[in-house]
Amino acid sequence: MGLDLKNLLQSFALKELAQGMAVTLKHMFKPTITVQYPEERTPLSPRFRGEHALRRDENGAERCVACKLCEAVCPAQAIIIEIDPESTAEKRLTRVYDIDETKCIFCGFCQEACPVEAIVLGPNFEFFGSVRSDLYYDKKRLLANGERFQNALNACIAADAKYR
Amino acid sequence: MADFLKMVHEVGVGFFGPLLWSLVWVVIKVVLLLAPVLFIVTYITLAERKVIGAMQVRPGPNRVGFFGVLQPLADAVKLIFKETILPIKADKGLFILAPLLTLVPALLSWAVVPFSPELVLANINIGVLYLLAISSLGAYGIIMAGWSSNSRYAFLGAMRSVAQMVSYEVSMGFTLIPVILITGSLNLVDVVEHQKTWWNVIPLAPMFFIYFISVVAETNRTPFDLPEAEPELVAGFFTEYSAMSAGLFLMGEYANIVLVSFLGALVFLGGWLPPVSILGFIPGLVWLGLKAGFLMFVFLWIRATFPRYRYDQLMRLGWKVFLPLSLFWIFLTGLVLQLTQGVRGG
Repeated sequence: MGLDLKNLLQSFALKELAQGMAVTLKHMFKPTITVQYPEERTPLSPRFRGEHALRRDENGAERCVACKLCEAVCPAQAIIIEIDPESTAEKRLTRVYDIDETKCIFCGFCQEACPVEAIVLGPNFEFFGSVRSDLYYDKKRLLANGERFQNALNACIAADAKYR
Repeated sequence: MADFLKMVHEVGVGFFGPLLWSLVWVVIKVVLLLAPVLFIVTYITLAERKVIGAMQVRPGPNRVGFFGVLQPLADAVKLIFKETILPIKADKGLFILAPLLTLVPALLSWAVVPFSPELVLANINIGVLYLLAISSLGAYGIIMAGWSSNSRYAFLGAMRSVAQMVSYEVSMGFTLIPVILITGSLNLVDVVEHQKTWWNVIPLAPMFFIYFISVVAETNRTPFDLPEAEPELVAGFFTEYSAMSAGLFLMGEYANIVLVSFLGALVFLGGWLPPVSILGFIPGLVWLGLKAGFLMFVFLWIRATFPRYRYDQLMRLGWKVFLPLSLFWIFLTGLVLQLTQGVRGG
């Protein structure tokens, strides 16, 4: 490795440092790409997997038929279902439908497995709990979610329907 | 202005008596000097976050007050109300003293910094020497912080930091010697006034760059911020510090940045002299502020641009490149002066 005069001169002239600083200076005058979160939001995919919701059908009855496919497929075993003993062959109902959101990994398999589009993962990601039990969702809460995000959920399902 | 000062003196002497008044007058002058300095120190933290933010295509702090102008106040309130933790194994006395010893020299140096030919707290003839001497004291605070924390990270950080500061102080001092040779005086006012024909940066451009890179290393800034190298040393010498005691270290760092920026503007960029005499109607203080402000901006600009140096690279640069180069330039300056002007009198 001989003495590379050109290299030496360039490093003494701080050539590469000046190039780097030119890049940062140029970026300084570019418009920012920041999204001011609470006021502005990034778009969400219709397949976004957020907080769970249980949907009702157009008559207001629960869609869930207690087939327990979601409970079986759940890799985190976050879903617990008990069948209502008063269920009949025509009308199967759940007595307990609990999801532990602290266990959930938001893989969306429950939604994939559901034959009646009852359990879905909605577009809401702004939920929290100050104690663990706040994130243990029972059926009442899941159905309430379904009502709260009804329009958004329907829109998401409609947008994604042609790919299913 | 002179009449007003005379009036203030008369009122002061009447109120306090001549002996006490001379003390009170010094305190007033110190406050008048340090208040703007501390204001700049506070707001350079905001400027840093804004500038780096802009260079990373994001807005930086903008929630506290309009455009984030109250952010430094919010930070200060946070630092003051947090708990100051004293580690059980720490040497308490030194542990508390150390942050003060880094901040105080940075503020002491301002005594000799002139803002205009008249506006200087202590117009002493060894101004440059005083600055070099006082700025060396900062190393004590850092080594004390590292030692008294009784922690490995803090200790290693302090070792690195002090080694770095000592190394780069040498080349920083040497870059100022050609200036002193040209001026023939250690008085900072003389140094500036001597740049009337052309600024020192023109004949001494390489020295200016070495000076600037050295002071970046001296103030422990990126890309030479090895002392606090987060990935390896957590926070370097102030790992164990919390709340306002850590805040004092940061204030010391920023006060040093402001100081060396002003010094660089005074010594190399012609201080309060306008770049062309036509622009002389703009007050000198504005020119000095612009020049120092530009140097401070370059500090932030560098931080947004370069990755951190490795320790051996840092030492090599200091001892094997800057030191010989600045020594050579001292020799060259002396030679040129000797040939053009002959031996100086005295």
